[in-house]
Amino acid sequence: MNDPLVLNDPQTSNFQVNRLTLVDPGILAIERQRIFDVCWIYVGHESELRLPGDFRTRSVCGRPVIFSRDSKNAVRVFLNTCRHRGAMVCREPEGNAKIHTCFYHGWSYDRDGRLDGVPGENAYPPSFRKSDYGLMEPPRVESYRGFVFLNFDPDAAPLDEYLAGAKEYIDLVIDQSPSGTMEVIQGTQDYDIRANWKLLVENSFDDYHLLTTHSTWLDYLKNAGVKMQRPDRDHLLPSHGIGKPLGNGHATTDNVNFRGRPVAKWIPVYGEAAKPEIERIRAELVGRLGEARAARVADTNRNLIIFPNLLLADGSSVTIRTFYPLAPDRMRVCAWALGPKEESPSARAIRLDAFLTFYGPGGLATPDDVEALEAVQSGIAATYKEVPWSVMSRGMGKSGEQLNSDELHLRAFWLQWEKLMRTERAV
Amino acid sequence: MRARSARKRSAAHAATGIMRGQIEEFLFHEAALLDAWRLDEWLDLLTQDAQYRVPSNDRPEADPADTLFTIADDINRIRGRVTRLKDKNAHAEHPRSRTRRMISNVRIVGRDTSELSVEANFVVYRFRRDESIREYVGHYRYVLRVESGRLKIARRDAVLDAMELGSLGLVSFIL
Repeated sequence: MNDPLVLNDPQTSNFQVNRLTLVDPGILAIERQRIFDVCWIYVGHESELRLPGDFRTRSVCGRPVIFSRDSKNAVRVFLNTCRHRGAMVCREPEGNAKIHTCFYHGWSYDRDGRLDGVPGENAYPPSFRKSDYGLMEPPRVESYRGFVFLNFDPDAAPLDEYLAGAKEYIDLVIDQSPSGTMEVIQGTQDYDIRANWKLLVENSFDDYHLLTTHSTWLDYLKNAGVKMQRPDRDHLLPSHGIGKPLGNGHATTDNVNFRGRPVAKWIPVYGEAAKPEIERIRAELVGRLGEARAARVADTNRNLIIFPNLLLADGSSVTIRTFYPLAPDRMRVCAWALGPKEESPSARAIRLDAFLTFYGPGGLATPDDVEALEAVQSGIAATYKEVPWSVMSRGMGKSGEQLNSDELHLRAFWLQWEKLMRTERAV
Repeated sequence: MRARSARKRSAAHAATGIMRGQIEEFLFHEAALLDAWRLDEWLDLLTQDAQYRVPSNDRPEADPADTLFTIADDINRIRGRVTRLKDKNAHAEHPRSRTRRMISNVRIVGRDTSELSVEANFVVYRFRRDESIREYVGHYRYVLRVESGRLKIARRDAVLDAMELGSLGLVSFIL
């Protein structure tokens, strides 16, 4: 009964994932220590906070935090728990405040997290010092090109090093903005999926499922006049694309675009009226970056997983999607749309419309992904002992290019997961 | 010119003459069609420029031109959505959810020459296999237009009260 969690045998080109990893509460408890407490975890984007005192409260892998700007306008992350008795200090979803006051006994904290006011302070003994009771912060908070991450491991490698090859793919997203400034657009999609969180990692960049899971979305595009043709007989998908590991468990797909892009590839779904605007955006891109780089940015779709739980999907539109386990068989998903800061109102409207055609809980595609994940969870929940293995060997042992419908990139995630799960840590 | 003002007057008359009872009858009929998955007949209730929108839970009052919604369909995507929902490959709704809609507190909140603004509360119970009830609670904001003497839906916003979609999960059916 000492089966491995991941079975990887390059000799026989065999790769299987033990379904226990998707159902067992004990595995989740270990994941919390060995994955979520030592990896860089996405908190939010700098554009969500503009001015000193701006804040947003959110849950980062289950921990309530205040994501905010301090008195010097620096981005800070505070654990949203009063140092006195533990109540959540800030219970509003967003706003601007000079002072956060815990309503329970009235302790208050300034924008820099310092304990500011304690009602009846003179009843505390002389050893009590307010300076010892500021709001706690994660040991590490770092950002890359506006994306803010935290880490609960003080000894973690710097974020820049951790991101490894993923940086190149983040840069491709950022290059869509003339000033290199992307911003999160207001409106949050917060929804639960009744499945293990790792199934959404797989699904987020598994292009093998596209034809069967999303046939109605493909039909919608075809009916609207979008042209699609498989490049050759080895391809399952309407365009050429690869799967590519990027180090440290990060990986991406890198596909020739067929589905349209707000920056900047027009498709009939956008409507004739949108054509000049998309052409103008394209011209700006070429003028700024040159033909080759502009084509790289505008004619490829990339679904980038940053280990363990962040998806940057640069497809029909750009979405930031992060997710965390609520239970072995349940996760919370938080998703936002991202766009260039300089975008005109009409281009912004095209971007948001393109987003909704595919993505989100009311989109024409994401709901079928959710159904697939929930079907997996229902299928394995009570059968994982009798049917313990999920096969993940597509493309194994093949020389040359690994397609997006192969599974090299999925295996890269699982191998990093397995490596960390085997690394014991002091609790 | 004269004919146009006559039409306008008659449209105005049509809109002013409408009482809440007629609106309720219309909304109950729509709810029955949706619960029965009679989606083509539901499409017939819409104008040729109809919109169907579900705002994000954290921005219930926003505009889909500058805010991410859950659903913001123009008539083309509404039709595409219905085509998809009738296809057995719309996996999220195959087998179909069973829904039961309760519509209440119907109010006419504004009217001009040919359009009425209507609000109503809703509870939509949704059932899937092996699952407890999902309860979608909120209010509708309708723009109803009188066309050839018939009420039509020019816009319907379904605004959810839940702070986040959370355990409601998806809005994969017509809310």
